Amino acid sequence: MTIKNKSLRRLSKKCILFSLFLFCLVLLQCNKRAGGSETIQIKGSDTIVNLVQAWVEAFRLVDPSIDIEVSGGGSGVGIAALERGAVDIATASRNIKVDEAKAVIENTGKEPVEFIIAFDALALYVNKNNPIDSITLPDLARIYGDDNRAHRWKELGITIPNVRNDKIIRTSRQSSSGTYEFFREKVLHNKDFSLGSCDMNGSKEVVELVGSTKTAIGYSGMGYATHEIKMLKLMEKADDTAYAPTVENTLSKKYPLARSLQMYTLGQPKGAIKKFLDWILSEDGQRLVAENGFVPVKSTAIVHD
Amino acid sequence: MHNQTVMNNETVKAGLKRTRAKRSLLSVSLEKLLELIIRLSGISAILFVLAIFFFVFREAIPITFSEHFSIKEFLTSTAWYPTSAVNVRYGTFALTVGSLSITFLSVVIALPFGIGAAIYISEFCGAKLKESLKIIIELLAAIPSVVWGFIGLTVMSKVIVAVTGAPLGVNLLNGSIILALMSVPIIVSIGEDALKAVPDSYREAALAQGATKWQIVFRVLLPAAKNGLLAAVLLGVGRAVGETMAVLMATGHAVAIPTSLVDPIRTLTANIAAELGEAPAKSDHYRVLFLTGILLFIITFAINLIADFVIRGVKGKK
Repeated sequence: MTIKNKSLRRLSKKCILFSLFLFCLVLLQCNKRAGGSETIQIKGSDTIVNLVQAWVEAFRLVDPSIDIEVSGGGSGVGIAALERGAVDIATASRNIKVDEAKAVIENTGKEPVEFIIAFDALALYVNKNNPIDSITLPDLARIYGDDNRAHRWKELGITIPNVRNDKIIRTSRQSSSGTYEFFREKVLHNKDFSLGSCDMNGSKEVVELVGSTKTAIGYSGMGYATHEIKMLKLMEKADDTAYAPTVENTLSKKYPLARSLQMYTLGQPKGAIKKFLDWILSEDGQRLVAENGFVPVKSTAIVHD
Repeated sequence: MHNQTVMNNETVKAGLKRTRAKRSLLSVSLEKLLELIIRLSGISAILFVLAIFFFVFREAIPITFSEHFSIKEFLTSTAWYPTSAVNVRYGTFALTVGSLSITFLSVVIALPFGIGAAIYISEFCGAKLKESLKIIIELLAAIPSVVWGFIGLTVMSKVIVAVTGAPLGVNLLNGSIILALMSVPIIVSIGEDALKAVPDSYREAALAQGATKWQIVFRVLLPAAKNGLLAAVLLGVGRAVGETMAVLMATGHAVAIPTSLVDPIRTLTANIAAELGEAPAKSDHYRVLFLTGILLFIITFAINLIADFVIRGVKGKK
């Protein structure tokens, strides 16, 4: 009985191994088939990784012979990969820094060329149960920075209903994120974030945490709004007009945290890369920008909702 | 007659010799090759460990000579600002406290469940139930850590907010419960082996003296299986210290020394996982992360050493 069992077990193990082997073979086969066409590697900003994915899927219908691989990781990761020459296009939600551009030239011998592909407003998110509607930049600095720090919503004059402990749960981004650096520059004037914020590895995680936590606040691209969260209007100073992160306010730069989103290539793009970039900046490509919650570069493609 | 048998013997001997010589010609080289392969695979373990040590140290050590870096700040400061625009600081104290607190708490949670389940499976339950329980516990051990992290992020966080009224669901308690669930299967299977290894004559002797089942468990089995159970718990601890993915997802990832069970924390492992990909190669940040790896080495090594001493101490008393 036991011997029979053992041999049965061994047989099943062999079957599993064999099927795994087959699976690997199938994968290899797939790779082979894809190998015949041109491949573009894109890496970088998590803020626009969804938008780039949408572009790639739509572009497949335009030109099926060009194969495009997309991954996120953060603007810093994308630019670091460009420095090594490991990718064809780096996406970034901030501008390339001088020493990063130098490193690209040094390592690859080619200059990084910038393409502004969309505009975005960095939105501040709170839970939908939070009564707050608008916030000033100095108050934001009090929440996220170390100077005169606000630990509770009460200190900002806000009472959240049905909450015993109104400690502000600050969600932030990991330090490679372009969104993180943009926020630090514009809101904290390059001073450090106060320690103890929950540093998420993507815009989606921030939105999810804020959606499920009543006393949380977070920041992310405006394309990530859900029903569980509320976007705040922003004021430069206490007496200014508050502007919501809308398409109009982003293009007119009235919204204080408006920014451009860009792609960087190694030298002037040629061939497949040029074709893809041209298509992105065309009307078809820019329509997808609006559909994904960002602001198109060309005003003709703006969709009002 | 006699001569013939002698001759026969000699021919047999010669034949044996000849076949032996033949066999060696065919197979000695193969045998030597096999021996070499086995020896190499034995040595490879040492080589791998040494190579890992060499690599990690080579990446980490240059930072200790840098003037921007002080080992005292690294160990005792809570300020972790690897990419600050004004003042870069590398303090890992909050991360170390995070790692140790989550490990301690997870062991406190896992211990009663793990040992209890091991005792139940080895002493109290019937043969059929035992088989299915063991299979299910093995399945529990096979769940990948990222899936555990997902459970912590989505299910456990809601439960914790509902039960404790904490403002944030991903925190120290959440991570500890997830880690405890991950280390229970290890504690159960090794603890059960340890209890099974106690000779039946012990149980029979206790039964013959009129001891109840509980008396047997507490006064005979637990003392007899002490070493094995300790080893089981320490293996669980080892898993908890080194675990990364589940912890990254379930603890809130905030650099802060926890003051309550429901504060978010960050561990050494999660910090490395989250930041190594973004740190430019050979930069100070990158090297400090490798140094964090060495710190982690030292912590796990110390735990191992303490375990050795404890087990030896227990043996000594016996």
